[in-house]
Amino acid sequence: MKRADASLEFNGSSGMPTRGALTIRDLVKIYDPEGVNIMAVDHCSMQITPGEFCMIVGPSGCGKTTLLNAIAGFHSITSGEIFLDDKLLCGPDKPIAAQGADRIVVFQNGALFPWKTLAENVAYGPMVQGVLSKRNALAKAHEMLAEAGLGEFGGKYPGEVSSGMARRAEIVRALINRPKVLLLDEPYRAMDGLTKSIMHEALLEIYDRTKVTIFFITHDLEEAIFLGDRVYVLTTRPCRLKKVVNVDIPRPRNYEVLSSEPFRLLVEETRDAVHEEAIKAFQLGERELA
Amino acid sequence: MVSVSEVSRPIGIARSRRSFLRRTLGRQEFWRGCVAIVVFLILWEIGSRSGEWFGYTLPYVGLLPPPSDVAVAWSKVLMKWGYWESWYQSFKRVLTGFIAAQIIGIPFGLMLAVNKYFRDIFFPPFEVLRPIPPLAWVPASLIFWPTNEMSIAFVTFLGAFFTIVINVLGGARTIDVRYLRAVQSMGASQWDLFWRIILPGTLPSIFTGAAVGMGITWEVVVAAEMISGGGTQGGGGLGFFIWNSYMGGSLPQIVVGMISIGIAGYLSSTVIRMIGRSAMPWRKLF
Amino acid sequence: MHQVVSPGEFQVAPRATPNRLARAWYLLTKTARSPTPYLMAFGILLWVFVYWLLCEGLKLPRFVKIPGPITVLSEWLSPNPQQGISIFTPEYYEHIYVSCRRIFIAFCIATSIGVPLGLVMGWSRTFRDYTFPILETLRPIPILAWVPLAILMFSGYETPVIFLATLASLYVTTLNTMLGVQSIDEVYFRAAGCLGSSRWDVFRHVVVPGALPFIFTGLQISIGVAWFSLVAAEMVSGDFGLGYLILSSYMNSVTVPMVIAMLTLGFVGWFTSAMVRFVGNRLMQWHARALALQGR
Repeated sequence: MKRADASLEFNGSSGMPTRGALTIRDLVKIYDPEGVNIMAVDHCSMQITPGEFCMIVGPSGCGKTTLLNAIAGFHSITSGEIFLDDKLLCGPDKPIAAQGADRIVVFQNGALFPWKTLAENVAYGPMVQGVLSKRNALAKAHEMLAEAGLGEFGGKYPGEVSSGMARRAEIVRALINRPKVLLLDEPYRAMDGLTKSIMHEALLEIYDRTKVTIFFITHDLEEAIFLGDRVYVLTTRPCRLKKVVNVDIPRPRNYEVLSSEPFRLLVEETRDAVHEEAIKAFQLGERELA
Repeated sequence: MVSVSEVSRPIGIARSRRSFLRRTLGRQEFWRGCVAIVVFLILWEIGSRSGEWFGYTLPYVGLLPPPSDVAVAWSKVLMKWGYWESWYQSFKRVLTGFIAAQIIGIPFGLMLAVNKYFRDIFFPPFEVLRPIPPLAWVPASLIFWPTNEMSIAFVTFLGAFFTIVINVLGGARTIDVRYLRAVQSMGASQWDLFWRIILPGTLPSIFTGAAVGMGITWEVVVAAEMISGGGTQGGGGLGFFIWNSYMGGSLPQIVVGMISIGIAGYLSSTVIRMIGRSAMPWRKLF
Repeated sequence: MHQVVSPGEFQVAPRATPNRLARAWYLLTKTARSPTPYLMAFGILLWVFVYWLLCEGLKLPRFVKIPGPITVLSEWLSPNPQQGISIFTPEYYEHIYVSCRRIFIAFCIATSIGVPLGLVMGWSRTFRDYTFPILETLRPIPILAWVPLAILMFSGYETPVIFLATLASLYVTTLNTMLGVQSIDEVYFRAAGCLGSSRWDVFRHVVVPGALPFIFTGLQISIGVAWFSLVAAEMVSGDFGLGYLILSSYMNSVTVPMVIAMLTLGFVGWFTSAMVRFVGNRLMQWHARALALQGR
């Protein structure tokens, strides 16, 4: 039996989503390690609507992660501004955004605390924010894990479960805090194609239920079009917005979409742009930043 | 939280020696370190001069010689030939034991790593002897070896030997199997395998072991010199220098001896690190 | 033509929870079938035999002064030892007790200072910048060079010895703890920040558990160096303890207790570090289980 209050549904799942509009305006980021200026992001602007599943695609090392770091508050920005709903995250007088549970990152190689069980990991957010007591947080964590199909793994340590399970638990750890935006940094990069497809369907299911805004970084074009509402193609370093592709394939989607005609057309439409940038990046031959 | 702004570094920027110096001087942590050491010295000076801080008597610090006295004692000793003789004696002993331990320890460790039967037979006795602290061997080796000098060398050797073997063994066994397979698939002989893969693959651990072993060697030499009461008259090594100052009741000179050994030990490990860096250009972060 | 098997025909066996006893038995029989244990026993016996041969069998010139294995063993186990020390004499246990007590005190002091100090040093850059240089300046001075100063500063036999052992452990524990904190992946700090942790939460839930594996490695090394300096300190100044026993036997020209004390030291030293490792594995279930899965 499913209880409504602990469920994954929170962002106006009936009707239009209302939270999680992300506005990036003229963002510039210059790294200055030891007197060498490297422009990572050059006047990049984006407008992400509430509840949008937004895919960021670009060649390796183009500054996608820099964007994410600026939003999450891991790095300072040089100029420009970022808003979340109407709140200024960072701007001219505030170079680094405060970290907070309204924007939660799921990291490339996973960042579940290896010294806590999956349930303890999930319960961590509400517990430290003082939203729930430790006992209630754990109870809710078990409930949410069960909802995500991880019920029997709550007592395991991350080192004991497969990477796919761990990544799913990490998404649950993020969602339990009811974030406005979920920031995913190439979460499925190290996975094989078959696991990846299972992960995609699970993520889509979660998205269809929560309608949380998702900022998803990838360099896999088909993944981008399969998952996203809109695909933002970035140029190679310094990173600028090159092209926005609207994906008008109706939801809910499943794997049949992959062989459909509109999907193929969209991939073709986007591929030229991405390929061009990838070649540029490759010829530069620079080592990737971060 | 750890600051996150220094995560990304540009690659391939040539750095000259001068810019290294300039960067050091421009660093915040360098100056903070200087401040810390100066404050430490001042506190020590005041503490041992007055024997009390803010009205509270200090239990032990009052007995320490203040740094200014140490400096005076040092400047006097610098002129004496016996002091430099002690340096020479200690260095000679350290090097003898250390080099002997390297010569025997590295091949032994590699043999343990390469051959399973050899490891099964010789590793257990090694493990039985290893926990015995090297200094516990001092009296036994004084009885066994005909001269004091040889027994000190033996104990020094033991001190470094165990560490070196353990490091070499550990290093050689963590070499990635893929390298071995890659070389084998290119048709290499066993001999090539050893010289081209196992030895360079173990180098980092050899140098780690050498650095740690060098530290232990100094400990052991100092103690052995103290216990055996030095060798030749006049210059019996730095450990004997300390012991002599203790017998003569000269506190500042004891501290001079301690600092000298500190410097000597630091110099030796720096030399090892430099050799390591030039022997392994592919490892910048050694 | 090959036969098509419908999925229903396969019965997947329910995953049995491995019985610990059965697993232990399996490992035991597997080891017994490999040559390793026999070679190990052979190695130990070979070593003892060579030792016997050199000292008692052939009576080679210099080796003859060292008591051989038979002499040592018969003295060690004899109710009326000729040279004063055996498992039946209370002095033997007195020496062991005194050394162990000193190690225990020194280890406790060093751990209770070193771990918090190292944690804060690893965690706060400012604190590290101010304290680390002092530590690095003092550290190259060998512990044993402190012996005369320690004797002069602290009166009696007990305090200087404990001071030296503490100092030795303190360096190791502090530095390893600091390294442990610095080795924690940045990503855990970021994740904790995202989830709304305060600075204290980060310390409690990330810094401390993340550094634990390094702390325990450090503690194992630290108890080793504590024994190392204890022996030296007891040799130079002391009225009891295993190190003192070694030197006093030498002074009184009785060699058998010397060897007995050396072997005892080896055993007790090994035992204490095994205990630290055991406690570590108990406290770090997540670490131990992950290592076990990797087959280590």
